[in-house]
Amino acid sequence: MTLAAAIFPLLTVVAVLTAIHRPLGDYMARTFTAPKDLRVERGLYQVLGVDPASHQSWRSYLSGVLAFSAVGVFSVYLLQRTQAFLPYSLGLPAVPEGLAFNTAVSFVTNTNWQSYSPEVTLGYAVQAAGLGVQNFVSAAVGLAVAIAFVRGFVARRSGTLGNFWVDLTRALLRVLLPGAVLAALVLLAGGVIQNLNGFTSVTTLTGAAQTLPGGPVASQEAIKVLGTNGGGFFNANSAHPFENPSPWTSVLQVILMLAIPFSLPRTFGTMVGQRRQGFAILAAMGVIFLLSLTAVTLAELGGSGTAPQAAGAVMEGKEQRFGIVGSTLYATATTLTSTGAVNSMHDSYTALGGMLPMINMMLGEVAPGGVGSGLYGMLILAVVTVFISGLLVGRTPEYLGKKIGAREIKLASLYILTMPTLVLSGTALSFAVPALRADIDGTSILNAGLHGLSEVLYAFTSAANNNGSAFAGLTANTPWLNTALGVAMLLGRFLPMVFVLALAGAFAAQDGAPATAGTLPTDRVQSVTLLVGVTVVVTALTFFPVLALGPLAEGLL
Amino acid sequence: MASSRSTVRQLGTAVRALVVLTLVLGVGYPLAITGIGQVALPDRADGQPLTLDGVTVGSAIIGQSFTDADGAALSAWFQSRPSAAGDGYDGGGSSGSNLGPENPDLVAAVEERRAAVAAFEGVDPASVPADALTASASGLDPHISPEYAQLQVPRVAAERGLAESDVEALVEENTQGPDLGFLGEESVNVVELNLALARLDT
Repeated sequence: MTLAAAIFPLLTVVAVLTAIHRPLGDYMARTFTAPKDLRVERGLYQVLGVDPASHQSWRSYLSGVLAFSAVGVFSVYLLQRTQAFLPYSLGLPAVPEGLAFNTAVSFVTNTNWQSYSPEVTLGYAVQAAGLGVQNFVSAAVGLAVAIAFVRGFVARRSGTLGNFWVDLTRALLRVLLPGAVLAALVLLAGGVIQNLNGFTSVTTLTGAAQTLPGGPVASQEAIKVLGTNGGGFFNANSAHPFENPSPWTSVLQVILMLAIPFSLPRTFGTMVGQRRQGFAILAAMGVIFLLSLTAVTLAELGGSGTAPQAAGAVMEGKEQRFGIVGSTLYATATTLTSTGAVNSMHDSYTALGGMLPMINMMLGEVAPGGVGSGLYGMLILAVVTVFISGLLVGRTPEYLGKKIGAREIKLASLYILTMPTLVLSGTALSFAVPALRADIDGTSILNAGLHGLSEVLYAFTSAANNNGSAFAGLTANTPWLNTALGVAMLLGRFLPMVFVLALAGAFAAQDGAPATAGTLPTDRVQSVTLLVGVTVVVTALTFFPVLALGPLAEGLL
Repeated sequence: MASSRSTVRQLGTAVRALVVLTLVLGVGYPLAITGIGQVALPDRADGQPLTLDGVTVGSAIIGQSFTDADGAALSAWFQSRPSAAGDGYDGGGSSGSNLGPENPDLVAAVEERRAAVAAFEGVDPASVPADALTASASGLDPHISPEYAQLQVPRVAAERGLAESDVEALVEENTQGPDLGFLGEESVNVVELNLALARLDT
């Protein structure tokens, strides 16, 4: 492995993102601020009974988000339960209740946790009309909430944040659908399959029988990564050659995962009229991304651990065409966004290498995070950072002219506390309640001992952060994990959205305070450093003890 | 609270929105991409099927087992990596092993494979590369490293009565990547390489 071979894939990603984040970011800013509706949008608003000119309070905006998501859960649940009657279901039966609940919640919350193995569970009808649709709309909901949050900074003494249905429609028709069509066609040209053939049987070169799957994969693959969803059409996800045939399609998928999240800081900067503020957010995201990628790549190239040492390299659970560097780049992108697609199996990483994807999610998926959720997550951390540094130097905490008072910091704190509470209590309950522990030990955990704790911790971290990747040895299709992870996904998605929209409402109601000599700047190297520091410290203080019991103990003892 | 009526109204909006969006994004979009794929790029869209004498024998990008019914390696063929998909290269059940770095079963499997490959190829156990000892992420990896292919050349050539240089030339022809000169690993496609060998027989 030469240094050039190790860094060229990353340089490709950085070069493409550098080129597109400004035009894409500005395009999204225009999309959500343009006064005019497209003709097709006006037609849709008539069908929906929505007046696009009416603006909503944060509460009304929130009830739109919740109503739409509730209908989504119901729809995906119903499609799974009636699968036997749907066309192109490949003869597969209805999905059992517990699994159908978990899967419906999973795709509506942009998580795409998969307790099931797709090849033997879901036909094309549920995949496309259920999961594929949620891949689009869950990302659009995230984007809408982020835009509403940014409007909170822009507004002066206003009671409204925009119209959820307009934001949803524009996110879908002007951003996600055109992007997905383009991406699907390129992936198709790269060898991602797209057919309705079902399973076919062939006789191989040695005369043995082999089953080959079919499916409308490229269309699903495109939005799976562009919308930071991550649910694989096949069990092996983006390690499957029919989902991700070559090294370049893999790098393209990484770029697609990062494209919108890394462009949104520009959208933010443009909308608030201070592009330097957007750049500061982008810089903090980029620094964390590079540090994390370096750490996991070094851990995997180092290859410590008994099995990796015996084999000579950590190739267990990795594809030859991607190699170690192509795998760690994908693993970093997928867990620092809310994607959760994998092109290598994280469960088989070295102990410390496998800890990094976990830490990426524990950071709150903010570097750059999921579509929309990454931006509002990082902006919440920026609010907390301004508050802390304001206290330290005795200045009034303000961010973009908005005062961070008691109500504001309470909402930001509630946001920060939600995810760790879900992760730690879910993991703790799994081991502390004897009946649950017996089930976890006996049925769910594949790798006994310290690594088993990591499997459970990874699962709750992934669910509460709406990531969806796994230490996939874990058998999650059990009553406890289907339920507990389902609840973690729901609360991990929608409680933060409640706090974000409430905070946006509080900011929108404020007048803008002009910057004075007493205002702490938030667009300098120093403030970016503080933001990165706060992000890391908040996570480290919360999760160090449990990491010490799992991956740290496994890797260092 | 005045918003309770608004919530009910928005629920109706949500139902209508999801119906329309399901038709557009869940039916129209995948069918449109399928249509374009089947017309413009049928070979790609159907998974790059490989044929021998007009009969489909697999896919160029899905690996196969080259073993007998009991799982013993067949010496006339280049061998693929170990696979955790079903009984090995089961396209109906893609999967990695998900065994962790300290899992005793994995450690034992790696040591057994090293001894078995070394004996099968007649080489020093230390010269067996990592990809020959480890199961891939998908269980369907069509590739092996050039090192592992090189290791197998003398055995395949001897078994088939071919000159080693001819077999090496076939390995060379079926070596792919890195993409664009720098993305990914240099890899040998075992399925296409073995197909090339099979074509020599016909």
